[in-house]
Amino acid sequence: MKTYLVRRLLQALFVLWSAYTVCFAVLYLLPSDPVSLMVSAGAEQGSVDDAQVENLRAQYGLNRPVAVQYVDHLWHAVRGDFGVSVQSGRSVTQIFLDVLPATLELAAAAFVLAVLLGVGLAYWGTFARWSWARQLLLSIPPFWASLPTFWTGLMLIQLVSFRWGLLPATGNDGSRSLLLPAVTLALPTAAGLAQVFARSLRATQTEHYVTTAAAKGASPRRIRLRHCARNAALPALTLAGVWAGNLLAGSVVVETVFSRSGVGRTTATAVSTQDIPVVLGLVILSSALFTVVNLAVDLTYPLLDPRIVHLAAEPR
Amino acid sequence: MSRAQSLRRFGRVRTLVIPVLAAALAASACGSDSAGGAGGSPKSGGTLTFAFGSDPTCLDPQQIQLSEGLTIGREVVDTLTDQDPKTLRIVPWLAERWDVSPDAKTFTFHLRSGVTFSDGAVFDATAVQKNFDAVVALGAKATLGYAYLSGYVRTVVVDAHTARVEFKAPNAQFLQATTTPSLGFVSPASLSRTPAQRCSQPPVGSGPFVVDSYAPNQRVTLSRRTDYAWASPLARHTGAAYLNKIVFTVVAESGVRTGSLKSGQVDGISQVSPQDALGLEKQDLVLLPTIHSGIVSNLHASPSPDRPVLRDPSVLPAVQRAINRKQLVDTLLNDDFKPATSILGGNTPGHTDLSSLISFDPAAAKKLLDTGGWQPGRDGIRTKDGRRLHLDVLWVPSGFGPEQSVLELIQQQLAEVGIELGVKRLSLAQFTPLYQSNAYDLFWARGTTRADPDILRTIFGSKKPAAPGSAQAGIDKLLNDQNATVDTTRRNQLVEQAQRRILEAGYGIPVFEQTSIMGFSPKVKGVTFTAHSWLQFFDTWIAS
Repeated sequence: MKTYLVRRLLQALFVLWSAYTVCFAVLYLLPSDPVSLMVSAGAEQGSVDDAQVENLRAQYGLNRPVAVQYVDHLWHAVRGDFGVSVQSGRSVTQIFLDVLPATLELAAAAFVLAVLLGVGLAYWGTFARWSWARQLLLSIPPFWASLPTFWTGLMLIQLVSFRWGLLPATGNDGSRSLLLPAVTLALPTAAGLAQVFARSLRATQTEHYVTTAAAKGASPRRIRLRHCARNAALPALTLAGVWAGNLLAGSVVVETVFSRSGVGRTTATAVSTQDIPVVLGLVILSSALFTVVNLAVDLTYPLLDPRIVHLAAEPR
Repeated sequence: MSRAQSLRRFGRVRTLVIPVLAAALAASACGSDSAGGAGGSPKSGGTLTFAFGSDPTCLDPQQIQLSEGLTIGREVVDTLTDQDPKTLRIVPWLAERWDVSPDAKTFTFHLRSGVTFSDGAVFDATAVQKNFDAVVALGAKATLGYAYLSGYVRTVVVDAHTARVEFKAPNAQFLQATTTPSLGFVSPASLSRTPAQRCSQPPVGSGPFVVDSYAPNQRVTLSRRTDYAWASPLARHTGAAYLNKIVFTVVAESGVRTGSLKSGQVDGISQVSPQDALGLEKQDLVLLPTIHSGIVSNLHASPSPDRPVLRDPSVLPAVQRAINRKQLVDTLLNDDFKPATSILGGNTPGHTDLSSLISFDPAAAKKLLDTGGWQPGRDGIRTKDGRRLHLDVLWVPSGFGPEQSVLELIQQQLAEVGIELGVKRLSLAQFTPLYQSNAYDLFWARGTTRADPDILRTIFGSKKPAAPGSAQAGIDKLLNDQNATVDTTRRNQLVEQAQRRILEAGYGIPVFEQTSIMGFSPKVKGVTFTAHSWLQFFDTWIAS
């Protein structure tokens, strides 16, 4: 188990480092630099003389060779210092600490909703008594999956907020303003979860252990929950890491449509202004989240399927 | 709104500065109730919630170039002078009067007494000195203010109420610059903060409102100063502002912004698209269109000598005459927009109506090209010496809805006379290096707001000395001379010549006057605009 953990941690560090490096390279290949963008917002640099711009570039260390900048940034990042935003001058760590709670709140709410919706749909869509109900329920996920997030968001805002006046359309003001964005963000994830889970639920019904359990006199309900659902959960769980990534990516759109502050909104702004320190910090943050979720998932497997522990603990 | 005057037309520029009022509106700008019509007498109290399209990103009026930040800054800082949006004259504010030396190098301001910053510090000549020194020290971080103070030598504190600002070269535009929040005053204590702290922490000014809190990408909350007693003479009332609080929020998506106003979740919004305007009006919401001063929306030609098609002397003049501005405005925009009559907007000091130089005349355009040796090819596009008459226009979408249709219609209009226009849609990051190296034919410039003709020098003056005898050298001389001329009549003559030459050479192809539309709930009264196009809420009140 220990070697397994160490190996996984090393892998995680490698993922973080490569994400950082690739992102750094891409940002430096872009045909502009953050200082020009800040000074000009596009046109008419005429008003600021070149010497002043050069000055500013030096202040941010952007006039050094790329390799030096890379090593310097990396060394600071390793020590948890991601520098300051070129646009606002605030420390990147502080920027994230400010916006992270809002996004975690949104992602957590969306995740809970997605699990409830997805699992519920798959369960009832597989085990409902009437075949028309099963068909109806199972046709919902593909429909959800095909809705673009921004469209869902705008529709929900139009109806629930503007027409019926039930909930605020924008902002980060408590649970009332959280509901619509969370639903919007949850739908695609719920759809994916429902599809995967329903498929494995169907597959488990023909397994021998189901027949055995039935022969031993287990109630249909016990068979479904204890045997089918538990075994069917593994594939769905494997994808949880992907879904965590989806939620992060989806937050860019959802936070913009609902004008919420958060990691997604910060990302969108930072990318368009080529705010390199902020973007790099974001990459580290999201790859860290991604790796942590995947690690957590891997460590959860043994709880669901004891066989996996033995495989992992086995020294190679 | 977006970057201020040197407002760049891109990116955030959409957010652009709110301009000086339209001629019609100018009447209401400072005098009558702009929003909501007449409606009883003003009453104190209440909170106004106003939604911008994007975050101000920085609250320091001296550093910010985005119009969101400048709008907030306008409520928080006062300036030496103010500018009447109707007459465009400079009037006293924190300076009761001033003297300008005939060489436009020395400006002496006689300050009013009794003015304090919200932290209790006194506003005096030393505060003026420290602020101007600080703007110059900010350098490129204070893009606008630094340019206004170019050639700054020092500010001499003559006595507590007299400050003399000295420049090493003539700087006639400086007086108008002292009306802008970019040269607004913050408390000397807050000048000791780092530039980053000054952006993220509430500025301490002497204005009618004080910033209480700033949550990036969410809201900025302001409350009024009850002891405020030095309003600009252009304001409609004296004493403290009527509103208790102003909450500026950020609603990024334009449809959501409109819906928020319709459903009463906010009291006012910026950047109403011309398409949405009609729907809002039907719902009895009040729309305030404002036509910007400064440079109109235009196609800006590259100064590069290495673009053979562009530099052919017949090409840009032909483009100038081939564009049907009236058709563009009538078919794609609404009544709030006006075809441009010069490269300067109609309510910019020194603007001259030069429509005769740029009137739609396809026959003249064709003749110019014929004479220039451009022969129509098989597909209608002209060629000369095997070279196709093709120009590319770079376009960074600014978030202004009709922009793409405008460029497409221009494309069709130019094709009529045999000019092929390629529209290249770019991100700001892609555009900036091309712009810096002049590696383009034309770019779509949404407009650059400033209520002073010196904006021509900022936009059309060359950074490096132009070749002697060239058209650009002639324009540069006029632009430099106008900035060295204190006499308004003389200065306007120079500005007129500069506009003429820029239009004749086709360096700027004006299209329509840059206009922004703000929307308000009918209960909001007394919204005004500065000559420099920023919303002002000092006289604003909320009817019950």
